[in-house]
Amino acid sequence: MVQIILPAHLRTLAGVNGEVWLDLAPPVTVAAILDAVEARFPPLLGTIRDAQSRQRRPFVRFYACEEDLSHDDPDTPLPAAVAEGREPFWIIGAIAGG
Amino acid sequence: MSQVRLLVGTRKGGFVLTADGRRKDWTVSGPHFGGWEIYHMKGSAADPNRVYASQSSGWFGQVVQRSDDGGQTWNPVGNQFVYAGTPGTHEWYDGKPHPWEFKRVWHLEPSAGDPDDVYAGVEDAAIFRSRDGGKTWAELPGLRGHGTGSHWRPGAGGMCLHSIVLDGGSNGGRIYTAISAAGCFRSDDGGGTWKPINRGLHSQYLPDPDAEIGHCVHHIALHPARPSTLFMQKHWDVMRSDDAGDHWTEVSGNLPTDFGFVIDVHAHEPETIYVVPIKSDSEHYPPEGRLRVYRSRSGGNEWEALSRGLPQQNCYVDVLRDAMSVDRLEPCGVYFGTTGGQVYASADAGDSWTAVAHDLPGVLSVEAQTLP
Repeated sequence: MVQIILPAHLRTLAGVNGEVWLDLAPPVTVAAILDAVEARFPPLLGTIRDAQSRQRRPFVRFYACEEDLSHDDPDTPLPAAVAEGREPFWIIGAIAGG
Repeated sequence: MSQVRLLVGTRKGGFVLTADGRRKDWTVSGPHFGGWEIYHMKGSAADPNRVYASQSSGWFGQVVQRSDDGGQTWNPVGNQFVYAGTPGTHEWYDGKPHPWEFKRVWHLEPSAGDPDDVYAGVEDAAIFRSRDGGKTWAELPGLRGHGTGSHWRPGAGGMCLHSIVLDGGSNGGRIYTAISAAGCFRSDDGGGTWKPINRGLHSQYLPDPDAEIGHCVHHIALHPARPSTLFMQKHWDVMRSDDAGDHWTEVSGNLPTDFGFVIDVHAHEPETIYVVPIKSDSEHYPPEGRLRVYRSRSGGNEWEALSRGLPQQNCYVDVLRDAMSVDRLEPCGVYFGTTGGQVYASADAGDSWTAVAHDLPGVLSVEAQTLP
């Protein structure tokens, strides 16, 4: 199980409280996590990445294991600690404006 | 007794204000979608409990929400606005080609007869339609594709299609739209084909002030009983057309300034119209710090200031283009919201005003629903 932490506004939109746990087959990648999140919570389609181009929205960031993974290839396998649920995968709304 | 429901979109959420037909005591619910920009909320005339809301943010993009119980509860519906075919380019601020990019929904316009049938005006300018209650959206590509689209340029607020007026009368297939800063456009066949309707508009900031397109139209309105008479608040100038937009004449008359954003028509008097004059395009506040609605009972040219109950000193708010509405009660109620977070209501056609909400986030839109 992979632990995913959504920003507060997206938790509201998805209708969930707290972190989200999803069962993903390996390899666990950013793209695979986002596919699973969008499939589980259809209202989030288009809010994290563009639904057509699949490009990350500019003010959204992906963190895990104290690393900023936002600019990594989304098909790169994530660290084992994320894939095994020992570390969460963070989807962050960038601190920008207000 | 009848009721009035106000749907108020703000920079940080949506609010629903309700009152009985006396329109004295108002209940405020919200914020709905707190923290998100709510550009517009509008209810269906066919089913007043069906309400659509455009929810967006710079972080998470566009969401469309739908309520089936008058705004008490909401569910997100479809947010995929994909331009038809190869989107192509319009002109950027520097005159160079720029790809069409969807940014947000500015205006939602439910059709008169079917609550599942709703139009959306978007930035970058295009019109979309949903026939399934907002689940899926399809562009009406004839607007962008009629010939001038590649020469449209954004205004300061972006290249938005902000006004959609459906003629539900004898010209049932007629649709008017307005785009900043391209101008007004009309379809006579339900959105299949379109043409610019800007003859008579004069904009000194254009190289050709009488150009076919490029005019910064801020808002348009009509009375259902006179579907070929259109009123327009342009960037500068208040205009009217009596031939469905084929020709326009200026009716600014004795207004203290003819810059502004809103314009609306009295529910029962097709020649009674309202504007809120704003000092200038660089000073987005009322002249002399006095907030005044101006009413013309002659379809323009002769205007009277309406100030009773409105702040008459040190008032420096703006009233944005979709932030005025009227109800259908007798006497007609008139409502508007300000960038300072006030919502003002008049239950006597504008003669006097009361602030029914004081401290909301900046108001982007106000729509009134008259309920049985």
